[in-house]
Amino acid sequence: MRRPSPRAGLVVGAVFLGLFIVLPFIGLHVPWVLPGTLDIVNSTGTLEVLALCFMFAGIAVGYDMMFGYTGLMSLGPVLYFAVGTYVFDIALTHWEWPLFPSLLLTFGVSLILAVVLGAIALRVHGIAFAMVTLAFAQAFYFLVESNPHNLTGGDTGLSLSYTRLPSILSGAVSNTRNLYWIALAFLVVAYLIVWLVTESVTGHVFVAIRENELRLDVLGVRPYRFKMVSFVVSSLIATGGGIVYILVIGTAVPSVVASTTVTLSILIMVVLGGAGTRWGAVVGAVVYIYLQQYLDKVGAEPSFTRLPAVLRVPLSEPQFLLGALFVLFVFFAPGGIASLVLRRRLNRASAATLLSVFKKS
Amino acid sequence: MNIFLVLTFSGVALGAIYFLAASGLSLIYGLMDVLNFAHGLFMTLGAYAGYEIATRLPTSLGAPTLVILAIIGATLFGGLAAGVTELILIRPLYGKPISQILITIGLDLAVVGLLMGGFGSTALQIPVPLWLVEPTHLGGLFLPNANFLAIGAGVIVLIGLELFLALTRYGIIIRAGVENREMVRALGIDVGRAFTLVFVIGGAMAGLGGILYTIVFSGDLVSPNQGDSLLIFAFIVVVIGGLGSIRGSAVAALTVGLLQQYTSFYIGGHSGWAQIGDLSTVLLLAVVLELRPRGLFGRVA
Repeated sequence: MRRPSPRAGLVVGAVFLGLFIVLPFIGLHVPWVLPGTLDIVNSTGTLEVLALCFMFAGIAVGYDMMFGYTGLMSLGPVLYFAVGTYVFDIALTHWEWPLFPSLLLTFGVSLILAVVLGAIALRVHGIAFAMVTLAFAQAFYFLVESNPHNLTGGDTGLSLSYTRLPSILSGAVSNTRNLYWIALAFLVVAYLIVWLVTESVTGHVFVAIRENELRLDVLGVRPYRFKMVSFVVSSLIATGGGIVYILVIGTAVPSVVASTTVTLSILIMVVLGGAGTRWGAVVGAVVYIYLQQYLDKVGAEPSFTRLPAVLRVPLSEPQFLLGALFVLFVFFAPGGIASLVLRRRLNRASAATLLSVFKKS
Repeated sequence: MNIFLVLTFSGVALGAIYFLAASGLSLIYGLMDVLNFAHGLFMTLGAYAGYEIATRLPTSLGAPTLVILAIIGATLFGGLAAGVTELILIRPLYGKPISQILITIGLDLAVVGLLMGGFGSTALQIPVPLWLVEPTHLGGLFLPNANFLAIGAGVIVLIGLELFLALTRYGIIIRAGVENREMVRALGIDVGRAFTLVFVIGGAMAGLGGILYTIVFSGDLVSPNQGDSLLIFAFIVVVIGGLGSIRGSAVAALTVGLLQQYTSFYIGGHSGWAQIGDLSTVLLLAVVLELRPRGLFGRVA
């Protein structure tokens, strides 16, 4: 797949990054673009929404490496995201560990889980892989919901205790901009990791696995190890996202952080933006979170309640609108937003191969 | 001992419902390579169709008639919804399995969103006749009547499906298509019609499973997300049984249903760890995959 020249991409990326770094200092009022009370760009609410955007964008880029580049359709990224939120939360809140040991523990647990569960799930291919990863993620949901040893708080969830965190990260409203920068930094790190991996020899093997795994096997390259690397790195990035989530939001609830809904959101972000393009995943995540927030606010507007039920019911349900938008994209623009932007540059043949990855399995 | 038998009985009933959900999923995958994420939605739609029938029709018909009509209506509506889905959304995307999965995910989200908007997120109660709630006294055991209904439906569908696949022309085309789709097409047989048929059959079984789950296991309650939570177990059953195998689905469904009931009572009941039943099914999946990655009755890849 031909991309725009790397320099142009770098410039656009650098401009956006610079803009978002200084954004908390700009008290710009932007009516209409952001709904309700969020129309001042550096208000706490807006910064929190943007932090969520960055967090999901980072996870989506990591997922894109596994799904878009390697062709592995995992339906379990939520597992590693939830491990990030819960293990980090438990270490800080229940065990009162300091920041760095907590981080180490969280990534350690995630690494072990990814290697063990990845080794089992990668024994099957294609659709079965999707189902097995989904089942493992659901098992973790059952686990946190069952509140073992009163660690996770069950259905009510677990709030983060900030006592062992440095004061610049405490839950105070004045710290929102620090958390915003952390989320932005997470996105940059995730993007750089995915960039380095996908542009390396390993990354080329990923694409070769996506295109024709059997051919690779015949050529004497074991696809298994590479799939494992893709799966584990992507999972660790999701765990990093989970840590950012608990810092920004401050509480972990199973139905919000551990349910399949999170997986489907990530998948939709990547497909909406354009699988196998990296930056498409970022755009998809931002569009998704923005629409979700916007539709949620607009649906609650008083002018909406006057509409007849036939219109009001579907239009005030963000899940319906996002689902319908997704269906339209899959139908008419399967390459996502990226393919609309790069229509002429995109090599049709390679996009078609991407979509037929699962044919052979 | 008595408790063991009662648990076995309800485990078989649960297995019957898993079978109704999983066999359609497995057939659809076997024939078309489509992972139908909207299968849980068909279950939910069946349950809501049953709710509409049981609450809208005049109560003068009597509760037994209403519940039978609700079950029939749920089955038909599940089949209808699946058939329409196949014709409008799946058919234009033949040869693009990923797009087909994604489209069923989008459909599931969108329609569940509509159901939440239209019916509310809270569960709704279906009125059922008293005899469905009461137990039957049998050889010193009290067996819930609703369980008989689920087991009966599961057995009838299993036998019907096996006969259909073994004896009818379309059954034979479907079996042949599961083995080698291209060869069937090369012989000049219209596989497309078999695709639609498999979706309708799968959707009808899902609709039936959805309303039966409501009556037998969720206290006659219908909620927008019920199908999606069942779908996970249906996936587990399908993978354990082997993709594309009806008999595999039946054996795996029974195993998973029984395991879930036993572990949630014997381990969960004593330790207060209620979710152990659900967790044990995933552990079983991991063990089966380690020993037999193709599942119990999986075809040779």
